[in-house]
Amino acid sequence: MVENRPWLTVLSHLVLLAGCLVIVLPVWVAFVASTHEAATMLRPPAPMIPGTHLLDNYATVLFEGFGQASRVPQWLVLFNSLVMALGITIGKIAISITAAFAIVYFRFPLRMTCFWLIFVTLMLPVEVRIVPTFSVVASLGMLDSYAGLIIPLIASATATFLFRQFFLSVPDEMAEAARVDGAGPLRFFRDILLPMSRNSIAALFVIQFIYGWNQHLWPLLITTKESFYTIVMTVSRQANVQDGVVQWNLIMALGILAMLPPVLVIVFMQRQFVRGLTDTEK
Amino acid sequence: MKRAIFNDRLLPYLLLGPQLIVTLVFFIWPSGEAIWQSMLLEDAFGGSSRFVWFRNFERLFDDEGYWASFETTAIFSIAVATIGLALALLLATTADRSLRGAGAYRSLLIWPYAVAPAVAGVLWGFLFNPGAGLLPYYLNLMGVAWNHQINGNQALLLVIAAACWNQVSYNFVFFLAGLQSIPRALIEAAAIDGAGPGRRFWSIVFPLLAPTGFFLLVVNIIYAFFGTFGIIDALTKGGPARSTEILVYKVYSDGFRGQDFGGSAAQSAILMGIVVVLTVVQFRFIERRIHY
Repeated sequence: MVENRPWLTVLSHLVLLAGCLVIVLPVWVAFVASTHEAATMLRPPAPMIPGTHLLDNYATVLFEGFGQASRVPQWLVLFNSLVMALGITIGKIAISITAAFAIVYFRFPLRMTCFWLIFVTLMLPVEVRIVPTFSVVASLGMLDSYAGLIIPLIASATATFLFRQFFLSVPDEMAEAARVDGAGPLRFFRDILLPMSRNSIAALFVIQFIYGWNQHLWPLLITTKESFYTIVMTVSRQANVQDGVVQWNLIMALGILAMLPPVLVIVFMQRQFVRGLTDTEK
Repeated sequence: MKRAIFNDRLLPYLLLGPQLIVTLVFFIWPSGEAIWQSMLLEDAFGGSSRFVWFRNFERLFDDEGYWASFETTAIFSIAVATIGLALALLLATTADRSLRGAGAYRSLLIWPYAVAPAVAGVLWGFLFNPGAGLLPYYLNLMGVAWNHQINGNQALLLVIAAACWNQVSYNFVFFLAGLQSIPRALIEAAAIDGAGPGRRFWSIVFPLLAPTGFFLLVVNIIYAFFGTFGIIDALTKGGPARSTEILVYKVYSDGFRGQDFGGSAAQSAILMGIVVVLTVVQFRFIERRIHY
């Protein structure tokens, strides 16, 4: 700090504390709700101090299921989310890194056309062209399948762009030396470029895992069987149950389970996360 | 441009293949279909449809509901972008000071990014649930009758709050990175010349952060337009009485719930135009940022 101003320090702490309080409040209330009985939740206001039903509630959610939208044990739904998130993440990184390799290290007809094709079209969010994308996936027979959950979402302009930027910053001497030593393009890619891209891959992994895990609309549309539901869409389905009693304690347990994996990824990979965010937008 | 390049006729196409196929099948084909469908009029009884040129667009522009949705989107995105950016800037400038526990504050402020918009919507819906929620109880004690399931303005306020909550950590990360890239020497020199914290912020820090701020503004508008779908869907479903039905939600509800494919596709086409414009703005700007 440049100079010592006690009142400014106090004010800063107050601002930050208030900020953290607002950030934490909804999650704390949800967590507390997930530790109480259903009956407690029917008497407003919702409690602020944890209750004693934490294990009961989470066991019910994970191994039995509840309500209309989650009659199957929810560990299955969590597993679906994991498969979808990892599938999207690994798929995106794999097809983007090879595409960027082709665009940077080869000269071929229509090279720039391909680049712009990938680039411009992928900027269109799924939500915008949702009806026709749905009908394409339906006509390919990919409803209610892992392939349908994953493949339509794995093309990525940001990842391709990021790898392209990174490859452009790799010194030409690397490729020349490899060529002089008799390494073909694939050998160079595997033994030199891939290991050098480690940091970029880790940063992208964090961002894309969160993106994949948090998909909502897409799984909502293309899954009709509960055995293919994902956790995020299940939470919002449950919260909008029209008839019958809303079991807030169980819904909130479900909500906590839905946010836990991506939050843990951010907490434990904070450096990669910040890097991933700021790099992918550059 | 790379000097060192490999020569191979087939290999680059094989490397590009997967990405191109996915793009063609799941992006270009559906987008083309959306534009084609926006010029078809579906028979009321289903089955047949005929080509009507721009009739769907005309119908759309004559529809007061569509303009109302435009207005909702404008209010919503301006509110989300300004409030989200202002709060993030305030938090980032305070967290950038070398305070005790600054690292802990930073960690506490960045994780809401990981919460899915749909889940954020559910959390805020519970917090403000008129029957069981925490805050409506106290609001009632203070004489405010809160029920966002009936009151459209309250519903709009609630989705704005949830959207800001979800997005503020993203803005925070960028502002903090921007602040940390400002050379300390500049700040110190100003302090020696007698500029107080307020003066230093407005004369040095704020102008140097302007590029980051502008970039974030575009990203936040894109987020408010499209990324908030999950929040709306989980919290209000566009209601009550369409008071929170932003454009992207209207595409979905007209298409899937209303079965008005032509009208929905016309809206998709218009939204695609908006995305393209916003993206071009964003990239023109990023290009400048890269070449400094």
